[in-house]
Amino acid sequence: MSTGMLFLVVIALAAGAHYLGYTRSMALSRPLGGSKHLASLPSYYGVFVALACLLPALLLLLLWLFFEDQVLQRLVVHSLPAATQALDAQPLGLLQDTIRNLAYGNRGVDGGTEVEQAAFYLQELRHSAANYRMVVTLLVALAGLAYGWSRVSPRFIARVAVEKVYHALLVACASLAILTTAGILLSVLFESMRFFNQVAITEFLFGLEWSPQIALRADQQGASGSFGAIPLFVGTLLIALIAMLVAVPVGLMSAIYLAEYAAPQVRARIKPILEILAGIPTVVYGFFAALTVAPLIRGWGQSLGLDVSSESALAAGLVMGIMIIPFVSSLSDDILHAVPQSMRDGSLGMGATHSETVKRVVIPAALPGIVAAILLAVSRAIGETMIVVMAAGLSANLTANPLESVTTVTVQIVTLLVGDQEFDSAKTLAAFALGLMLFVVTLGLNFIALHVVKKYREQYE
Amino acid sequence: MNSQESSIETIRRGIKKRNRAERRFQWWGKAAVGFALLCIVVLFVDIFSKGMSAFQQTNIQLTLRYDREALGVGAQVTEAQLRAADYSAVIKQALSERFPEVTDRSGKRALNKLVSSGAGYALRDRLMADPQLVGESETRWLLAGGDVDTYVKEFAGKKEGGRLKEEQRQWVDQLTESGELKKRFNSNFFTLGDSREPETAGILGATIGSALTLVVTLLLSFPIGVAAAIYLEEFAPRNRWTELIEVNINNLAAVPSIIFGLLGLAIFINFFGLPRSAPLVGGIVLTLMTLPTIIISSRAAIKAVPPSIRDAALGLGASKMQAVTHHVLPSAMPGMLTGAIIGMAQALGETAPLLMIGMVAFIVDVPTGITDSATVLPVQIYLWSDSPERGFVALTSAAIMVLLMFLITMNTLAVILRKRLEKRW
Repeated sequence: MSTGMLFLVVIALAAGAHYLGYTRSMALSRPLGGSKHLASLPSYYGVFVALACLLPALLLLLLWLFFEDQVLQRLVVHSLPAATQALDAQPLGLLQDTIRNLAYGNRGVDGGTEVEQAAFYLQELRHSAANYRMVVTLLVALAGLAYGWSRVSPRFIARVAVEKVYHALLVACASLAILTTAGILLSVLFESMRFFNQVAITEFLFGLEWSPQIALRADQQGASGSFGAIPLFVGTLLIALIAMLVAVPVGLMSAIYLAEYAAPQVRARIKPILEILAGIPTVVYGFFAALTVAPLIRGWGQSLGLDVSSESALAAGLVMGIMIIPFVSSLSDDILHAVPQSMRDGSLGMGATHSETVKRVVIPAALPGIVAAILLAVSRAIGETMIVVMAAGLSANLTANPLESVTTVTVQIVTLLVGDQEFDSAKTLAAFALGLMLFVVTLGLNFIALHVVKKYREQYE
Repeated sequence: MNSQESSIETIRRGIKKRNRAERRFQWWGKAAVGFALLCIVVLFVDIFSKGMSAFQQTNIQLTLRYDREALGVGAQVTEAQLRAADYSAVIKQALSERFPEVTDRSGKRALNKLVSSGAGYALRDRLMADPQLVGESETRWLLAGGDVDTYVKEFAGKKEGGRLKEEQRQWVDQLTESGELKKRFNSNFFTLGDSREPETAGILGATIGSALTLVVTLLLSFPIGVAAAIYLEEFAPRNRWTELIEVNINNLAAVPSIIFGLLGLAIFINFFGLPRSAPLVGGIVLTLMTLPTIIISSRAAIKAVPPSIRDAALGLGASKMQAVTHHVLPSAMPGMLTGAIIGMAQALGETAPLLMIGMVAFIVDVPTGITDSATVLPVQIYLWSDSPERGFVALTSAAIMVLLMFLITMNTLAVILRKRLEKRW
């Protein structure tokens, strides 16, 4: 029975359980004089029995599916001869992959007899695991059903029990956010630790040379100064800076115009149009940057006698700036609206012109919020991936010249992890170290920004 | 008296200057809005002008003879024979009959390039559907090669010819004049999976992949997001745990999407051993990514339900849970659905995390389940934009147009839903 079928069968069982619970509660209430003598509505008894049948079985099935692979791999490794088991993590991992490929029926894998035996063993294990999974899940579902059914009685307050389960489910769903953050932290931290075991952390943070390819060669273990991330940080900041030079003036000025000057109808019409920019997928911007903006800039540069790289930081930065315009403008718009009207009236009453009021009163009052908006936009720019993957380069040049090609943290994460990858190599692990940096920096920026916004809001409330 | 006049003069002069500054400032504001609008127009015009040509495809009309010899089938035609038959021989034969003057080997090779290598599959499907045709002959439109397509669309009438040779160009011009070469609607684009040849590459595989991924995302993120929002708005006590949850949701909303890809790779693929490139894993990763959006909009929808509704339910003896599930939830549902659609639109356009979990592979087959290898529309766009052939530029733009169409439809749906269903309390 396939897993999908099993899910359906369990759900069908739960539906049956609902019916059983419902009819039993009705049957029990009949001698007492009708369902009004039940402690809860009959449907609650049905739901109670259904939940008792469904939840433990589903939970078990999910856990089983998640951990089956792990357990089977362990068992297979244990079945290998002691000498093989004593191998280092890396060759052992390779061997495990070979066994898996054999067991899953991928042809073209050449293994010794030992490997073939292990693959056969793995196949057998998978087969019996599938059988056990089905039997155990169904048994648990039936046991839950029996338990729920036995609990049904006129004095049992099913509603409270059901609501307790609902409440627990709600808490679990809400806590998923914490679990996600923990998952991100753990996965990134864990792999980064392994990376820093191979490459010194100071070298990663302060090294000036980035060329992860060298680590592929067997004679070089990647610890020879090729994992210095400074060029990536500089490239990321350069592109983010260019993006900000586009997005902040345009975003801020359009927010000021829409909030302070534009007629309400104009505002109502233009705002949603600007929001379109925010809804366009980043891969579209990447395409636009790589195939339209970059050649255009290159052409202009050449006509001016400048040597412009076809993957210049300028093209990627400009397009990223366009992408961030609506982000800056809608955040600034909210902040400008939070400045009390009385402050504007005071300034206008003293004879200042509208623009003077904006420049001398509204913007200074909104400054902390605007700074926070810019910080959020910077964090967006740093974490943006597709535009730079498609329009920025791969070679890590340490330069501040926007006409040259630079690479960024996100580009490197993508290039290191897309395609064939060997686990445990410094090259693959470096991507997680970069991910950790990215996570920490964006989190820091967001934290500061949200803090500033919160403080600023309290000021005028 | 004198000094007073002069200060009035100063102010007058000042006012002119200040009014100029005022106009300048306004002008800057208009310029900023104008620039942003211009960007949208340029972007759309650029994509559309590049992509429109991909909806048409060059076809060549040839008279085909389905010879048993050329096909390599016996007198008794079986399905296996037809599947393995040599259709390119039939096409080559038809081409050399159309251009009998070409005799040398290199000339013939150039001639055979006029027709796409994918045209044989169309013939195979035709003959397998109707084996009676073997031994007959018929006139059919065949798919032209990618280079011919590029030449016809972009270089016709110009001196240069893209990747076509001089003699090939002459043949193409000859065919065009006699009406044997025409641009027809490109149905392959909507009915085929990915391919290395631009003329036989389609978006069906990627579209189905996107649909499967979105189904997984919706099934997971909507119930979980709504449940989390209900808990936080209606039940959560003000304590540290709740505060921690809220801080986490706000932070997750701002974490770069690629980080979610790293999470998916490290935890779901490497640790739990779920299949790579599968819509299942893609859906889980996108669920984690879109959850903050859905939770935040669902909370706003729940907040908009007036407390009097809850009080009325509680006053009539409903439990807190009953008040929420029977009254608050149905009232807030339109707002929640709007949020879900916007979250799905976000998920549909997302690329970076899916690259991390291997949905970037070259996959020809159309996926049939959530554990099959698949790719999605944005990743297909990314893959095609990397291809060197000129024909893929138009295909990429066309795929972008399809993606944008989906996104616009979803967003319009969200707006309509909000207008139609949202109650004013």
